[in-house]
Amino acid sequence: MSHPSTYEPSNGFSKWLDRRLPVLRLMHGQFIEFPTPRNLNYLWTFGGILSFCLVVQLITGIVLAMHYVPSGDQAFSSIEHIMRDVNWGWLMRYSHAVGGSMFFLAAYIHIARGLYYGSYKDPREILWILGVLIFLLMMAIAFMGYSLPWGQMSFWAVTVITNLFSSFDTIIPGVGSAIVRWIWGGYSVSETTLNRLFSLHYLLPFILVGVVGLHIWALHVVGNNNPTGVEIQSDSDSVPFHPYITMKDAFAMSLFWMIFAWLIFFAPNYLGHSDNYIEANPLQTPPHIVPEWYFLPQYAILRAIPSKLLGVIAMFASILVLFFVSWLDTSKVRSTKYRPIYKWFFWLFIFTCIALGYLGAKPAEGVYLFYARIFTAYYFIHFLVVMPLIGVIERPKPLPNSITEDVLGKGSSPSGGAGKPEAAPAAPENR
Amino acid sequence: MASDIIDPTRRDFVMIASAAFAGIGGAASLWPLIDQMNPDASAEALASIEVDLEPLGEGQAITVLWRGKPVFIRHRTPEEVSMAKKVDINALPDPEAQNTELPEDAPATDKNRTKEGHEKWLVVVGICTHLGCIPKGQGLTDQKGEYGGWFCPCHGSHYDTSGRIRKGPAPDNLAVPPYKFLNDTKIKIG
Ligand code: HEM
Ligand code: FES
Repeated sequence: MSHPSTYEPSNGFSKWLDRRLPVLRLMHGQFIEFPTPRNLNYLWTFGGILSFCLVVQLITGIVLAMHYVPSGDQAFSSIEHIMRDVNWGWLMRYSHAVGGSMFFLAAYIHIARGLYYGSYKDPREILWILGVLIFLLMMAIAFMGYSLPWGQMSFWAVTVITNLFSSFDTIIPGVGSAIVRWIWGGYSVSETTLNRLFSLHYLLPFILVGVVGLHIWALHVVGNNNPTGVEIQSDSDSVPFHPYITMKDAFAMSLFWMIFAWLIFFAPNYLGHSDNYIEANPLQTPPHIVPEWYFLPQYAILRAIPSKLLGVIAMFASILVLFFVSWLDTSKVRSTKYRPIYKWFFWLFIFTCIALGYLGAKPAEGVYLFYARIFTAYYFIHFLVVMPLIGVIERPKPLPNSITEDVLGKGSSPSGGAGKPEAAPAAPENR
Repeated sequence: MASDIIDPTRRDFVMIASAAFAGIGGAASLWPLIDQMNPDASAEALASIEVDLEPLGEGQAITVLWRGKPVFIRHRTPEEVSMAKKVDINALPDPEAQNTELPEDAPATDKNRTKEGHEKWLVVVGICTHLGCIPKGQGLTDQKGEYGGWFCPCHGSHYDTSGRIRKGPAPDNLAVPPYKFLNDTKIKIG
């Protein structure tokens, strides 16, 4: 949100720099005085947590790449070399592998937060779309990273997922197989394929950093949404980013880090699959292949549909539909807190996603298949029917007049609320 | 001085020429960048292999590697052959032979998927046409699916004793690779 800059360069150097490259002024404006709604709850700490996850993946990944060998003969053993011989190699690898899971956990909570509080609505459409783009990139990166240990699950996940493109043969014969051969660089998944996946697994996270930059830029143009969905109207509705949000984020991150650390140190392989400790064998498929937990809902959708092409289309559509929610939701009210009917459907949707995740890990037959079809149907009905329809027929509860009124109750004066310390101007840093 | 002479045609020419230079140059360099990912010369080299069938008893099968792909060779029992022949072609999910040496619309009869005079031998690429797993059924104790051929555990595709898809998500029959009999007990694949 635009606000007058109160940045005062404090010494000779910063004055000199400010006239040449006002980077300190920019940081001060965006990360110190940036006004944030005073009523943000802990669900708003996941943006910071996600940035933290990205940094962890970048650092541990660059370290791993110093010891990893992307060759068909040596990839698998180089992972064991990292685990057993390299100083602290086990810590780097487990942090990176568990880090992938924690990254997705935080992203799913972050997305659900946005869906609940209507953060995708006008004027935050671009901010939301950039978020979906980040999610897509994360999925591509994690898929490529998972291929690198070159175990049985790595190999067969690459085989099955790249083969999804062969379904285009149903539309134009030959095109799908040509794409698959192009991705593989051969007639089967091989070392050639591994090499290019490694190259891209190194590159894409840095592209992701760029898109995250745009995401935060878009956020700082329109400002944070908040649990009421009512925009900031006066000074008493907001608090400066520092120290209020920085402290809250830091505290939440510490709790998140404890769970993260517990997994790394006590259950590093809990979220993985033991078959990935068997070296890739192109002549034998493991009896039961499953993706990592964070891809299970999408995998369940893929298998729920009996046609190969339609299954692939449905799986991609389940992500792409997120690009359009800003326009699919017709309600004038942002926050689901004030939406008595939609509230039920929102929780039904969350239940659907969890159910699909459970079913994705089960064999695609019998009752499992039956329920996977029901939940796949609801997944799409939620976006394509429920969202447009409920917005029109529902009568939302009355909204508070302002964030301040919501926090302090009716009759509170719109400015000079208790949240904004009157004494602040006297504090030395605000001279 | 340039300040008082404005020559729009010359400037337009330079603009169009440099835009065309950048555009065509960009487009032309795109193709090598894309094509470098296609199978390279060493992968293209049509390696062919010879396989000795002598040691294979009736009911046994072996898997050989051709162009990085597994090829199933099965010595079928007379019952398996007659089962494969009895099937009504029109009732098959994929009625085409999928034999690289026959026209595309050749019907999926057992005859079109084997070699004349060598009907007991079935040679197919052992890659499930759904998403590329290796079906089970080569080992004597393997699960062979409801039609006695192969069963793909990944998403449940059943193939019959002629390698044709009968049930499950796979769209096509297992492909028959190019091969020929050098003599009664030796074949050359590729
Ligand atoms: C968005 C950030 C990233 C995500 C979500 C991610 C995800 C993953 C995953 C899931 C694995 C498989 C772990 C396992 O099961 O062993 C992996 C492996 C790997 N990643 Fe990343 N990664 C990211 C960034 C990076 C970066 C920036 C680099 C290097 C510059 C990198 C280098 C590697 C290497 C060398 C491996 C193989 C070693 C191993 O498997 O532990 N990653 N990555
Ligand atoms: S890969 Fe064989 S059934 Fe899916």
